[in-house]
Amino acid sequence: MEAKTWKNPVIAWIDDRLPVFSMMQAELVDYPTPKNLNYWWNFGSLAGIVLVIMIATGIMLAMQYTAHVDYAFESVERIMRDVNYGWLLRYLHTNGGSMFFIVVYIHFFRGMYYGSYRAPRELLWIIGVFILLAMMATSFMGYVLPWGQMSFWGATVITNLFSAIPLVGEAIVTWLWGGFSVDNPTLNRFFALHYLLPFIIFALVFVHLWALHVKKSNNPLGIDVKGPQDTLPFTPYYTIKDTFGLGVFMIVYLAFVFFAPDFFGEPDNYIKANPMQTPPHIVPEWYFLPYYAILRAITFDIWFVSAKLIGVILMFASILILLFLPWLDRSPVRSAKFRPIYKQLFWVFFADCIILGVVGGNAPEGAWVPIGQAATFYYFAHFLIIIPLLGKFEKTRTPPTSISAAVTHGGIGTKVKEAAE
Amino acid sequence: MSTPMNKLLIAVAAVAFLGVAPPAGAAEAPEVPEQDWSFSGMFGTFERGALRRGLQVYREVCASCHSLSLIAFRNLGDVGFSPDEIQAIAEEYEVEDGPDDEGEMFMRPAKASDRFVPPFANEQAARASNNGALPPDLSLMIKARKNGANYLYGLLIGYVEEAPEDVEMMEGMYYNKVFPGHQIAMAPPLFEEAVEYADGTEATLDQEAHDVVTFLAWAAQPELEERKRLGVKVLLFLIVLTAMLYAVKRKIWSDVH
Repeated sequence: MEAKTWKNPVIAWIDDRLPVFSMMQAELVDYPTPKNLNYWWNFGSLAGIVLVIMIATGIMLAMQYTAHVDYAFESVERIMRDVNYGWLLRYLHTNGGSMFFIVVYIHFFRGMYYGSYRAPRELLWIIGVFILLAMMATSFMGYVLPWGQMSFWGATVITNLFSAIPLVGEAIVTWLWGGFSVDNPTLNRFFALHYLLPFIIFALVFVHLWALHVKKSNNPLGIDVKGPQDTLPFTPYYTIKDTFGLGVFMIVYLAFVFFAPDFFGEPDNYIKANPMQTPPHIVPEWYFLPYYAILRAITFDIWFVSAKLIGVILMFASILILLFLPWLDRSPVRSAKFRPIYKQLFWVFFADCIILGVVGGNAPEGAWVPIGQAATFYYFAHFLIIIPLLGKFEKTRTPPTSISAAVTHGGIGTKVKEAAE
Repeated sequence: MSTPMNKLLIAVAAVAFLGVAPPAGAAEAPEVPEQDWSFSGMFGTFERGALRRGLQVYREVCASCHSLSLIAFRNLGDVGFSPDEIQAIAEEYEVEDGPDDEGEMFMRPAKASDRFVPPFANEQAARASNNGALPPDLSLMIKARKNGANYLYGLLIGYVEEAPEDVEMMEGMYYNKVFPGHQIAMAPPLFEEAVEYADGTEATLDQEAHDVVTFLAWAAQPELEERKRLGVKVLLFLIVLTAMLYAVKRKIWSDVH
């Protein structure tokens, strides 16, 4: 950090004692950013903004919400009907949850396509996986709060997963519930945790950004920054690019909020929770469907291990496996731009995730069972077989020597090959 | 960026293909007639005449079994009912209030601030009067079913007198084309001239179903008109703002490209 002299005496006085202004200057203005980032790099800052929107709307909703099984459903409807702009706050929050996952999933796929998880950014990636896990816990508990049919039955199904753990499973489930079924104690603790976890996510995001600013951004070429000629100061170049991207995002987000606010929701959640009546299809929110498909893919016991336990293990493994991705991938280059086979298989993997999502949304019967099993197998094969083998045998192309060399040869990406030769 | 985009499209197309070819054994989804609703679309509003007629259908037909517990009489003011009209409607109902100074509960005429009075005191009473079935609350019905407005409309006009021959009807059930499983405990609620409309509109089955669905769509989402009005303004603002941001971005980046 370069010492900077501030003209304003108040700012100079503060900065001398606590260098917040120097830090902001260094990390938000001068911060050297690769000059070739494309629009897929917008989704990190977007995710941060969505987190802030979720916390802001969430705090205001919490001021009106009643966490009690007898009143929760009605209190949400009171927010929708009697609280000034309560419908807007709630729709911003519910659709914001879906948008958060869309943005973060794109952020993850971008990292996978351009090899952003590779050394030296392994820890940055791992923190990101923990953020995803915290988001999942948060959104799952948030979905329980309106106390509709899907809230109740979703909570019942997911908490029951822990009963698959041998010996202590049942005890753990009782402990999670605070009773012998999903009931008022469950709702209360979910509300408390749903309020707590976003702040933990916020802290994790801070650490994620800290790690980012140490090793700096990856870029579409996946090559290291060689010097100042490869970078641009974050401000104004990327502040304006991110702000423009934010505008586009807000158009999409608010189009759902105002014109299709229940698009991502389940109609059953507008029916108050009824422990005596199971809905015909219990489905989680759309962003959990791929994991739900993996959970249900295993229909057979293996030796003494029950199908349910294997399903639970695979479901958690499907996310935890991401933690090992930096070491599973041994390719000499990072970016898929120079990996002709990986580039294709990346999209196959993407399609596989979508297929898993479709399977998760359908009842586990008929052809969906083998499709789900095949897609689950492929999901793990991608990480455990394809990526390690590609690292060894794929014939990669040679990336350009520097970002500026690629850029000066007429546009990023298109003429990269020429530049390399 | 064109190659990844193409791949994305292929992936999406593959999924769409899977989506339209449901495997055998998937639950049969009954056909629901698609209707033209005054409240659909970006500029949709609730047709006021249909709302008034729908309220009449609800009060004269549905309300004998179905509650509307989330709607207060005062809410009718949002869709053009005058305070006098609301008072007149409310006063036709009796609600329990109290305790008074002697500690007794007492009955009084409803006020604008009261909610629609449910037809039964509790779930058991409702079941006892309905052959064991529980008539659901209608406040959120349109949002609580997939494609709610069309579904409910289809259900209301979907009764068939004679069940198909291969269907074994259970005691006290009615055959309905749209209801999941086709056997519904609710007797056909609407028919020609089930109500005599105050505004002189001819009370066909189709008209009644259309009106009561419009009324219930309002009951489920009373914020709809305000939401869409605000949404148009917000989106117009954002589109202009984003276009200007794009121009600024181009200007700032012009010395790099």
